[in-house]
Amino acid sequence: MMQRRTLLASSAALLAVPRLGHAVTVGVTATELKIGNFMPYSGPASAYGVIGRGDAAFFKMVNDQGGVGGRQINFISYDDGYSPPRAVEQTRRLVEQDHVALLFHTLGTPSNSAIVRYTNQRRVPHLFLATGADKWGNYQDTPWTIGWQPSYRTEAQIYAKYMLEQKPNAKIALLYQNDDFGKDYVTGVKDVLGSRFDGMVTTASYEVTDPTVDSQVVSLRGSGADVMVTAATPKFAAQTIRKIHDIGWHPMHFLSNVSISIAAVMRPAGPERGIGIITSAYQKDITDATWANDPGMRSWREWMRKYLPEGDITDSGYATAFNASTTMLQVLKQCEGDFSRENIMRQVANLHDLEVPLLLPGIKVNTSPTNFHPIRQMQLQKWSGEHWERFGDVIEGANV
Amino acid sequence: MQGLAHQLIAGIATGGIYASVALALVMIYQSTHHLNFAQGEMATFSTYIALTLIQAGLPYWVAFAATLVISFGIGVFTERILLRPMHNASVLANVGVFIGLLLVFRNAMGWMFEYTIKSFPSPFESDTPLLGGLVSGHELGSTAVTLVVLGLVFVFFRYTKLGLAMRAAAFNASSSKLVGIRVGWMLALGWGLAATIGAIAGMMIAPVVFLEPNMMLGILLYAFAGALLGGIDNPGGAVIGGFAVGVIENLGGAYLVGTELKLTLALVIIICVLLVKPSGLFGRVVQSRV
Repeated sequence: MMQRRTLLASSAALLAVPRLGHAVTVGVTATELKIGNFMPYSGPASAYGVIGRGDAAFFKMVNDQGGVGGRQINFISYDDGYSPPRAVEQTRRLVEQDHVALLFHTLGTPSNSAIVRYTNQRRVPHLFLATGADKWGNYQDTPWTIGWQPSYRTEAQIYAKYMLEQKPNAKIALLYQNDDFGKDYVTGVKDVLGSRFDGMVTTASYEVTDPTVDSQVVSLRGSGADVMVTAATPKFAAQTIRKIHDIGWHPMHFLSNVSISIAAVMRPAGPERGIGIITSAYQKDITDATWANDPGMRSWREWMRKYLPEGDITDSGYATAFNASTTMLQVLKQCEGDFSRENIMRQVANLHDLEVPLLLPGIKVNTSPTNFHPIRQMQLQKWSGEHWERFGDVIEGANV
Repeated sequence: MQGLAHQLIAGIATGGIYASVALALVMIYQSTHHLNFAQGEMATFSTYIALTLIQAGLPYWVAFAATLVISFGIGVFTERILLRPMHNASVLANVGVFIGLLLVFRNAMGWMFEYTIKSFPSPFESDTPLLGGLVSGHELGSTAVTLVVLGLVFVFFRYTKLGLAMRAAAFNASSSKLVGIRVGWMLALGWGLAATIGAIAGMMIAPVVFLEPNMMLGILLYAFAGALLGGIDNPGGAVIGGFAVGVIENLGGAYLVGTELKLTLALVIIICVLLVKPSGLFGRVVQSRV
């Protein structure tokens, strides 16, 4: 088996050799640059579809302003229904039939996991994915793929840093979903605690098929912990918040920021039950009056008015789209007309202190050939019973 | 030690959830000798109906009663429209219909009510935790409801003519026909009652796990394990089985196999029961002469 794999690998390498020499330019004509994307416009995750609509509207604005490098952007976005097999199908269609120059902002950890081998074998830039998995920062094994938002692992590092500062002798309980998403948090906490992890942390996992996590919460409380880290998706996060409150436990509670929606988590769990919960943010909250006169927010609102008049201005998906697309635009500008796939990747890894309109002040986009985690800073925020209130300085993830 | 007590009680509380769904499964099996894989989705759908009625301003118990009536109607309607033509079809064809029904209900719910979780009110909510937070008012209340439903089912099958007729229709259709039982309607009635019990289960579960289209996905498997453990043709056994599975799952997950293998534990129970004692702990052993 091993032999066969080596054989396959070496023959793949042989095939790749002739292509190393000269730059490959695909999807670019004198007037046009094709960008491919898939999004869950239908199915269980269809709420994220607004992100794709936002990306498309952003590139429409770029085109109206004269395009980039003399080219108009042709943004092609298909529906994958949040289903990995369909993501593979749509990716092949984008790469082999539409001949796109690159893939941008494809959404979902499962869908991107299904295509990452393909994009890297075919050397198609696979950029600024809309998922928080840490593995997209693995520039050694998948050099054609890069994430965008702070990874779950970075987020966990930030929580661990803060908690050590506040409670150097904390006893930590860690509840995580037993998959890539949840395990990233375990790794992140380990990054910071190092050899002290085993002594300080009690973990419990749950499966997405579990009806409730009550039993896990009860076990974790039994460990005598005074800090709780919950790496859970919305339903289980709401259950955890409620159970912790109901059994009269009062740990310092950190909650993964995928589960901080007021409508989908805090309100169902009971807003008063979650008071004091700490989570993190890296984007400006578009519903927060603090930013009423912020220039970045104003440019965003103007764009929404002009290009997405029917869009919901309280949907943060449009903010995410605006931010990620701004990053993409910067890369294309830096290409200075050379849109070969190699040069695109060079510029992707060459972003320095880029300020993006809707990132929190102090948070900047940075990449390098050895850093494929564009955003590594976050600010903490606390639940007041009605909304999230930011506090303290911007914190950077650990260096690992 | 306190940890053990907590786990035990949390187990009984989740067991109550499994028990109520197991009861609905047994109900269908009693009256049709089929297992309805769409049972969970139909119950979730009923729960959405209840939520819609409550949001429209109806008092909880009025919405509760109305939901039971509507669910009964949906159950009867489903049997008449979808299962009736499959009357003489093979078991596999029926399973196909059940799976199709599951998909239709689940996707329809996603379309109509969205996939985000919703909180569902409980009529037994108490603000002060009971027994130092060991149990909530809702857990006690819903366990009581499950037991009441069990009692009603028992009385219905044991002491009413209609219950007897339903049992007869499922047990031996042609003989029942000969003594004047309208077998087709008995089947439809069985579906209606199962849908009603499912609706009760859904409304008791939703306050605990939150309402979303996939609410019953995990629960149904544990409920199957419970129903099989107790005996698929014995309502009381199924309820005891449901509670047992809840406790076994919680204690096993916390102290024996770890939380990763909780679901596997349910599958192991199913396989063990089928291998060692297919009729379940309290089921009737059926011998057929070949």
